[in-house]
Amino acid sequence: MNQFIEQIIYGIQLGSIYALIALGYTMVYGIVKLINFAHGDILMMGAYFGLLSVTLLDIPFGLAIVLSMAVCAVIGMLIDIIAYKPLRNAPRISALITAIGVSLFLENIYRVMFGAETRKMVIPTSLTQTIAIGNIKISYVTLLTVFLTIICMVALQLVVKKTKVGKAMRAVSEDQQAARLMGVNVNLTISMTFALGSALAALGGVLYSVTYYQVEPYMGMMPGLKAFVAAVLGGIGIIPGAMFGGYALGLIENLAKAYVSSSWSNAIAFGILILILLFKPAGLFGKNVREKV
Amino acid sequence: MKKWQEYSVTFGGIVLLFILFEVLMAQGIINNYVSGVLVLIGINIIAAASLNLATGYLGQLALGHAGFMAIGAYSAAFVMKVAKINGFQNSDGIVVGLMIVALIFAGVMAAIFGILIGIPALRLRGDYLGIVTLGFGEIIRIAIFNLDFKVMGFQFTGGARGFRGYLGYMSFEMIFWLVIIVLAILYLIIRSRHGRAILSIREDEIAAEAVGVPTTFYKIFGFATSAFFAGIAGGCLAFYQKMIDPKKFTFMYSVEIFIIVVLGGMGSLTGTIVAAIILGILNEFLHVIDQWRLVIYSALLIIMMIFRPEGLLGSKEFSLVGLIKKVMGKKSSSKSSDAQEVK
Repeated sequence: MNQFIEQIIYGIQLGSIYALIALGYTMVYGIVKLINFAHGDILMMGAYFGLLSVTLLDIPFGLAIVLSMAVCAVIGMLIDIIAYKPLRNAPRISALITAIGVSLFLENIYRVMFGAETRKMVIPTSLTQTIAIGNIKISYVTLLTVFLTIICMVALQLVVKKTKVGKAMRAVSEDQQAARLMGVNVNLTISMTFALGSALAALGGVLYSVTYYQVEPYMGMMPGLKAFVAAVLGGIGIIPGAMFGGYALGLIENLAKAYVSSSWSNAIAFGILILILLFKPAGLFGKNVREKV
Repeated sequence: MKKWQEYSVTFGGIVLLFILFEVLMAQGIINNYVSGVLVLIGINIIAAASLNLATGYLGQLALGHAGFMAIGAYSAAFVMKVAKINGFQNSDGIVVGLMIVALIFAGVMAAIFGILIGIPALRLRGDYLGIVTLGFGEIIRIAIFNLDFKVMGFQFTGGARGFRGYLGYMSFEMIFWLVIIVLAILYLIIRSRHGRAILSIREDEIAAEAVGVPTTFYKIFGFATSAFFAGIAGGCLAFYQKMIDPKKFTFMYSVEIFIIVVLGGMGSLTGTIVAAIILGILNEFLHVIDQWRLVIYSALLIIMMIFRPEGLLGSKEFSLVGLIKKVMGKKSSSKSSDAQEVK
């Protein structure tokens, strides 16, 4: 029983990270209808910036997280402006191929810059301790992950629902042309969406690397794909859907790893994606939209 | 010119090209190393041309091509392993026949998986289909990794250690004619009634359905044919490498083949050939700076998409007959010039 509860807790921890990444996927998809393949690599860059700012700049861990989020937000905007903006009116397949290209580019440029070897993440010793509730041990990393994720989700909801930028985002994702006519700066809004999503992914990256103690150029690929699965699970384009999907996938994956088979766990995640797309293509929270001629 | 005349001119050109290669090899200008590179380029041409059928002509984004190649590779290797257990040797004349059987088996196995995957997946469109095929590709790889039980006295897939100890080899001559045969079949399919149906789905699926094209059938047909030839490419790779392991058939490999298709032009078989050759040669030069290779590839992909999204040749085909006509000043207005035919 204890083991089961511990697995659930780890599942929630992993799910938090997936949810953070899935939010970025969902926001970008909602606004420009693009699967941003490079999103997983923002996670990787976030982890690198976190590691570098702790080791090179020697700043406290909390500040490193903030710095990493800020830098990734800027990079996310730059990616949008350089690679995606010229293709705004191109066929969607072109934009998707570009996204794959950006993803490969980031992975390999990081491999050139920092080497292919796995680096050990530096973790403040205070975070490695555990607290015990009854027989169940929970590490501070887990608590921090869940706590930060919830704060970010609340903050994101506030931004999207209550601020002017959020209003613009919702308007652009509803109808880009109409939003433009109403005086919304569409390109700026899209860039802001990329920035927000990238900042969340950077946080996810730091937390991911703290959880698994490692940083390497290809680390963003798998969590990126799985976060995408999570976003689709909840219905892509829907923010609460991405949160739910992230937690659901984290729990499923961890339980599958513990009780079914660890070597098949990735296959299980993809299997879930395929089943969902076949039976409920719009995701659990999405509405089916019929295609009109 | 009549159709059969055009075909014989093209065929003559191919034979001349083959003789040229043979002479260069006999002279030692093409050494073993270079001919090895040529074999790999040939395999990439088959793989990319088959992907082009699904992505370029049918218009369905497929990102799991390496999965089909893996199925083909393991199927072909399985047949040749069984042959080896039954006492055949590479020096036996019959091995070439066995290899053909193995390649066809590889293609059929991949096509069966293509149908199984295609029936549910092709209900989805665009980026969703891409993700699902990507997912299937990964599942196939993970399955190969894990299905390492003993059959007929050997390990079924060899798991992470890889699968080896089977018969088969791949020479330049074999891959040359195989490429020609595969491209000819693909070309004939595309130019046929069925090919036009496939093209109509790419142009506008709803309109195609409205005029009575059985879109579901043709989507699955195109997808399965694409998988069939991917399986053959995988089988060739297995014969050439003499050892296969699941680490080869990752998402990155799918993307590499995808890049060839995009670079050459989605909807151009000759473009695929050109791109496969360019990338194959580029690979050799970039070998020294291996870590920069994928950086350059991906930058190429992004730049290509922004400035020339239709690829090198777009959806045009290079044709010898068209070239001859152009040189002789008879700019063709006839329908049979294949330079403008495919679009």
